[in-house]
Amino acid sequence: MAKIHSLQEAIRENVHDGDTVALEGFTHLIPYAAGHEIIRQKRRDLTLIRMTPDVLYDQMIGMGCVKKLKFSWGGNPGVGSLHRLRDAVEKAWPQPLEIEEHEHAGMAVAYAAGASHLPFGILRGYLGTDLLQHTTAKFIDCPFTGEKLAAVPAIRPDVTIIHAQKADRGGNVLLWGIVGAQKEAIMAATRSIVTVEEIVDKLDAPANSIILPGWILSAVVPVKHGAFPSYAHGYYARNNAFYKQWDGISKERESFLAWMEKHVMNTKDFDEYLQLLGMGGAQ
Amino acid sequence: MANTAESYTSDEMMTVAAARMLKNGTSCFVGIGLPSAAANLARLTHAPDTILIYESGTIGTKPNVLPLSIGDGELAETADTVVGIVEIFNYWLMGGKIGLGFLGAAQIDKFANINSTVIGPYGKPKVRLPGAGGAPAIAASCGEVLITLRHSPKAFVEKIDFRTSGGHMEGGDSRQKYRFPGKGPTAVITDLGVLTPDPVSKELILTSVHPGVTTEQVVAATGWKLQVAADVKTTPEPTALELQVLRDLNERTAKAHAGQA
Repeated sequence: MAKIHSLQEAIRENVHDGDTVALEGFTHLIPYAAGHEIIRQKRRDLTLIRMTPDVLYDQMIGMGCVKKLKFSWGGNPGVGSLHRLRDAVEKAWPQPLEIEEHEHAGMAVAYAAGASHLPFGILRGYLGTDLLQHTTAKFIDCPFTGEKLAAVPAIRPDVTIIHAQKADRGGNVLLWGIVGAQKEAIMAATRSIVTVEEIVDKLDAPANSIILPGWILSAVVPVKHGAFPSYAHGYYARNNAFYKQWDGISKERESFLAWMEKHVMNTKDFDEYLQLLGMGGAQ
Repeated sequence: MANTAESYTSDEMMTVAAARMLKNGTSCFVGIGLPSAAANLARLTHAPDTILIYESGTIGTKPNVLPLSIGDGELAETADTVVGIVEIFNYWLMGGKIGLGFLGAAQIDKFANINSTVIGPYGKPKVRLPGAGGAPAIAASCGEVLITLRHSPKAFVEKIDFRTSGGHMEGGDSRQKYRFPGKGPTAVITDLGVLTPDPVSKELILTSVHPGVTTEQVVAATGWKLQVAADVKTTPEPTALELQVLRDLNERTAKAHAGQA
């Protein structure tokens, strides 16, 4: 049964130096509050996994938390490059970053295989691309037809962290909208943390909703606005202006570090960070 | 040409020319940026029944403003249905349900293979780009593929630095040996004109130039020796309606994405 935790405690107990960590979310419901807490607690040598690393992973890479990144699309969507990711790949700053890149379809089947406790996922993919020389996909023959298919090793994170709309007091989590690979990533992981916008008495979810029962989760943590500047469908919109501003903040190492010091390292939690940005924080 | 607007930019011409390629009722898997603008322009003009699908799992989406990211809330709120990533890739895209894929690119070669991964050597990149995303699966699986990008010798190159997604591979019938389900790129729409693959060699041929653009200009903006069709056409100018709808869309979009962080 998931315990309802403080975020500090949930990260301290579940995320360790050297762990393989997936903070999933496909543009929507990015677990920013949890990522910031990992930065504050100065975790090191993490292998981060995510299909679409965006500004949060840029922050974690630039702050020296990460030794390896496994991903399939790394950018600031609609804006441009992730400058800290690029600086790490191109100039090894603040430390060298090993990358293992895939195509989305490959990451998707790898998560599904992880959730299914299978060694690999299969797809018609990677064929005819230069990705093959730089990733872990291999080809196998279909035992029934002989067709050549790509196999990608299952993703099995030590810990998966996601953000969702709400949980009940038993730690059962409900999420909706663009849900990405979150369910697969949770079910593929050894441990899991879910931050939620609110804890409610009853979920009132229609049948077939995406519910992650509390008994498969390690920790559930209420963090209002915990996905900012990403969004929580039904609660608040994506702050596209922040994503655009990030381009300027992150372009130079000095301005990036100054911003992170002020907003993350020198704030005690996500609520104080939101107040600093004039967001009002949790009311 | 009575309803032709007086002036327009080359980017507007590109988006209009790309939009016209979408047949009404097509299911279209849309990349973010230029393809998204063109696909929505098509939906708001001649192709109202076009089914737009974004890789975030939003199917039949009808955004009022262009999304900044592939997963903006606008896409989910206006969709017929929203499915997870495993489902969108496995059942819908690789499951062969999508008629048309619409992609952008950083580099393209004469056989319409595209690079969206890296400029320069992989291990020592000059420019590290976002990477593959859904593009390889879109290029392989959709019934056909349209590509739109701005024309320059840096983008249209003899040899792409990295093959992210397969087009007509080494040309001729070479795509067949990869057994991709879809037939591959059928047109490349740029700010200067339209290129289409030769039916036999599969090499991209300049088949249409936009008004005011010369074939020499397009040849000069192409990094390989570009073949020009014998009967190269001139793209019809944007109509007043096309321009108005596109400008309204861009204005609504700019307003929606502005503001304080």
